[in-house]
Amino acid sequence: MSATAPALQLLREEPTGGEEVLLRGGSDLELTDTLLAPLWQQWPWLRWALGITGLGALVLFGALTYTVLTGIGLWGNNIPVAWAFAIINFVWWIGIGHAGTFISAILLLFEVRWRTSINRFAEAMTLFAVVQAGLFPIFHMGRPWFAYWLIPYPSEMGVWPQFRSSLPWDVVAVTTYFIVSLLFWYMGLLPDLAAARDRAPTVLRRRLYGVAALGWRGELGHWRHYRIAYLVFGGLATPLVLSVHTNVSFDFAITQLPGWHSTIFPPYFVAGAIYSGFAMVLQLMIPARELFGLKDVITKNHLDNMAKMLLVTGWVVTYTYIVEPFMAWWSGDTYEIYDLLVDRPFGPYAFVYWGVVFCNCIAVQALWMKKWRVSAWRLFVVACFIQLGMWSERFMLIVISLHRDFLPSSWRMYVPSWIDWTILGGTVSFFLFLFLLFLRFVPFIPISELKEMRHEMRRRRA
Amino acid sequence: MHSGVVAEFETPEALERAYDALRAKGYSRLDTWTPYAVKGIVRKGPESDVAWVMLVAALLGGAIGYFVQWWVNVSAFPIDVGGRPLHSAPAFIPIAFESAVLASAVTGFVVMLGHCGLPRLHHPVFEIEGFERASIDRFWLGVDERDPLFEGDVGEELATLGALRWTRLEAPP
Repeated sequence: MSATAPALQLLREEPTGGEEVLLRGGSDLELTDTLLAPLWQQWPWLRWALGITGLGALVLFGALTYTVLTGIGLWGNNIPVAWAFAIINFVWWIGIGHAGTFISAILLLFEVRWRTSINRFAEAMTLFAVVQAGLFPIFHMGRPWFAYWLIPYPSEMGVWPQFRSSLPWDVVAVTTYFIVSLLFWYMGLLPDLAAARDRAPTVLRRRLYGVAALGWRGELGHWRHYRIAYLVFGGLATPLVLSVHTNVSFDFAITQLPGWHSTIFPPYFVAGAIYSGFAMVLQLMIPARELFGLKDVITKNHLDNMAKMLLVTGWVVTYTYIVEPFMAWWSGDTYEIYDLLVDRPFGPYAFVYWGVVFCNCIAVQALWMKKWRVSAWRLFVVACFIQLGMWSERFMLIVISLHRDFLPSSWRMYVPSWIDWTILGGTVSFFLFLFLLFLRFVPFIPISELKEMRHEMRRRRA
Repeated sequence: MHSGVVAEFETPEALERAYDALRAKGYSRLDTWTPYAVKGIVRKGPESDVAWVMLVAALLGGAIGYFVQWWVNVSAFPIDVGGRPLHSAPAFIPIAFESAVLASAVTGFVVMLGHCGLPRLHHPVFEIEGFERASIDRFWLGVDERDPLFEGDVGEELATLGALRWTRLEAPP
């Protein structure tokens, strides 16, 4: 946290103001109609994309059903690698889910203006990523129908959760994060759903958006309460977003395992989460701005700023990659030293380690060049590398720390099964499916906020 | 407001001028409908109490979250794990914090909607012709009938203040 704060300060002082964050002129009516157009128009490519990703989602449900009916022996997990793909994917998806709230809450409090065009987009990404993340621990239980045992409720058996373990913390943190992000997102949507209601071309759509907008009228009293509530939500979500991945990291840091038992884990995980989250925002935003023709709302300036955030978080992550082995060496603990200085860089999974170093620490350095920061497709390629790198980082942390237990007699290699890969691919599909539905039916650029920002900018200039 | 006179303005500046002029004349029951928060007007009114409600909810939520953990692990289902204390305060902090945030957010959302009188799908102002642009690019100002200074000719006054047009808002019988 402390490592990213100065970076935010820098971003704020940077002269990003002016029309650079919104190139579109024209009246408010024209702006509204442009931003609502994706809702009313037919997009042939969107049908295809929805069809393909929907099919992928069905494959996911099939693989999960197969897992439930047969048992998690279908997965590649073994002893000692009991936590494998399920946890890797959980941490990866939850991490991706961090950028949304980071952009909407933290950048809101820092009054970073370029946040406005992309915050809703990122928030939706958060929600759908958390949905994917939640699937993994539930199915990893083997008997997902007992998932409700995690909730403290007065049962016949008189059995209660054990709150001194870090796993219930995680459940509460992720659930809270999902609910708060959902409310924050929906609250921000109300004025835009009202705008969609008032511009809807058919009666049915007017009614549907009318119900979704809850009858929002934009009254003086509405704005008075809304503004304060939205701001306090931002204030709440800021420590929340930092706490979620902190809690996820506790799942590891609280244990005694070499490679996990480390105090650097909370900031390490949070920085990594924001890193992969920003990469995912770019991976979704770059095609979307191209396909919907929104280059004057999501400008090169946005890409530039996002790329700089990648560079900052990339360096935080690199720093932790350096500190981790140093701390292991400094501890003098044989097992720590073996895990971090021998097994990771030179063990059987060394290719994962060096892949992580390349994707997360080296590839991102291309963004020092402005040419790479403002070129959409170059940036897209870098974001893909980072995404791959961050997934591999979790593989490295989890599998390499587990596969060689304290005694060599307990060493065992881990290889994911085809079901593991199917489920991972399926969640990517399901995520994209939900995201495309969002693009199709929800105003995905905050219209009201953009109009307000434009008004404020004009006023300041006058 | 349900009845009175409402007028349409083209720009937020025009709305703000008219609002200020009416306030200066002593009108107290004014309302506006705008596509976004017009800061000049919103800031003049009383502060919303939502923030305070959210603070109280956060404190209560945190306390309840802590209490549940304490009661479960100390009283209802005590398990001795290597002689560690049953009441392990540091271990109870993460969930207490999350409970505080959750309680505050849910309460804030509900109270915000409650203060706004939402959800309410229909409202007499929606009957006014052209009002649908209040969420797009037009700015409406209303004078409530219950205002002590309210008179039938307030519409003319709004017109002189730059309103595009004005009309009566009648509450449904």
